[in-house]
Amino acid sequence: MSKVVANADEAIRNIRDGAVLMLGGFGLCGIPENCISALVRKGVKDLTCISNNAGVDDFGIGLMLQKKQVRKMISSYVGENAEFERQLLSGELEVELIPQGTLATRCLAAGYGMPAIYTPAGAGTEVAEGKEIRSFSGKEYLLEYAFEADYAIVKAWKGDTEGNLIYHETARNFNPLMAMAGRVTIAEVEHLVPAGELDPDCIHTPGIYIHQIFQGASYEKRIEQRTVRKA
Amino acid sequence: MALTKEQIAQRIARELKDGFYVNLGIGIPTLVANYIPRGIKVVLQSENGLLGIGPFPEQGQEDPDLINAGKQTITTVPGSAFFDSAMSFGMIRAGKVDLTVLGAMEVSEKGDIANWKIPGKMVKGMGGAMDLVASAKNIIVAMMHTNPKGESKVLSHCTLPLTGVRCVKKVVTDLAVLDVTEAGFRLLERAPGVTVEEIKSKTEGKLIVEGDVAEVAF
Repeated sequence: MSKVVANADEAIRNIRDGAVLMLGGFGLCGIPENCISALVRKGVKDLTCISNNAGVDDFGIGLMLQKKQVRKMISSYVGENAEFERQLLSGELEVELIPQGTLATRCLAAGYGMPAIYTPAGAGTEVAEGKEIRSFSGKEYLLEYAFEADYAIVKAWKGDTEGNLIYHETARNFNPLMAMAGRVTIAEVEHLVPAGELDPDCIHTPGIYIHQIFQGASYEKRIEQRTVRKA
Repeated sequence: MALTKEQIAQRIARELKDGFYVNLGIGIPTLVANYIPRGIKVVLQSENGLLGIGPFPEQGQEDPDLINAGKQTITTVPGSAFFDSAMSFGMIRAGKVDLTVLGAMEVSEKGDIANWKIPGKMVKGMGGAMDLVASAKNIIVAMMHTNPKGESKVLSHCTLPLTGVRCVKKVVTDLAVLDVTEAGFRLLERAPGVTVEEIKSKTEGKLIVEGDVAEVAF
């Protein structure tokens, strides 16, 4: 059975209203642009999105927010998005803010088959409220549970027909963690190559974690903060 | 004269030691990279998955796949390495990062820090700040001594929601360099021309002054 699908619309065709999605990326870097566009076209609603950020008004998850497709965001930082702010203040959108390392490690735990982890992040703060706290060597740690997500949607630089993935530079970020953590994982790649073309020593995500893979039709790769050296 | 933001960064850069792995937060902390003392090699960590941050790119060389934690386009230095976000916070949690420099809204005399949330205002999130302050071995805060209303940010207790507890080791403000000790803030240095009395009047937390306090010299 081939993991390769033709395009983003085919890859996301089974995603239904109310699904819990993980979306890779940090800011606009390494986000699954093609799948986000396809989700907007499909118009699925009441989604819970686990993603470090929520895009900007007119790109990334911001496109899904514009269409009011997201019921809940689980993120570490959600600035730079006016529509997001409007929906949050009006109560249309629920937001759970969690520390970035906790977000990453809850993905990791899911991918490694561990139900929970202990982390010191948030000890002594409002993040600790209602959580089990345990002390190790005199320091407090919070029990944080592995995420459960129906779908993980990730973006890689190169992938092969077996689903093996290689990421590029800081576009790696949350992608390999979420790739391991979804019940079903969809990978979109800039370059899809036949099995055997990628060096097995250089694979970041082994294909076992990937259920569907396709080459994205195009990548805008928008830059959020363009900074250059002073001439 | 109070220190400028650049001078705060320049003073903090003196805390760097050869071989340090350093995480610099957004704002004044980022400027510390411009003042790394000659002869000292430090490696800058970016929590989105990079060791070895280089300068901003030349015009036209911006790479959308290569950004820092502030989402700014950057470059890498020779010997850099990329990794995922879990490993990034793993190395932070495991205490491998020698020094963390970050901004703050408030710091308490116990070393508590508040820098992520103002009740009643849109909350954007803590990002990686809570993970960093919970685990970093050495945390230096770079901030203004008072807020725009003139109220002290150097307090006995933080009034804003906390980011972390008992974690800040040193505070460098526009007016003073302070150590956080068991007994309170110890005044190490003062900005040129700023009197101990002025610092006392603008420090709400307990301030310990011992002997003559030298001016920050550049």
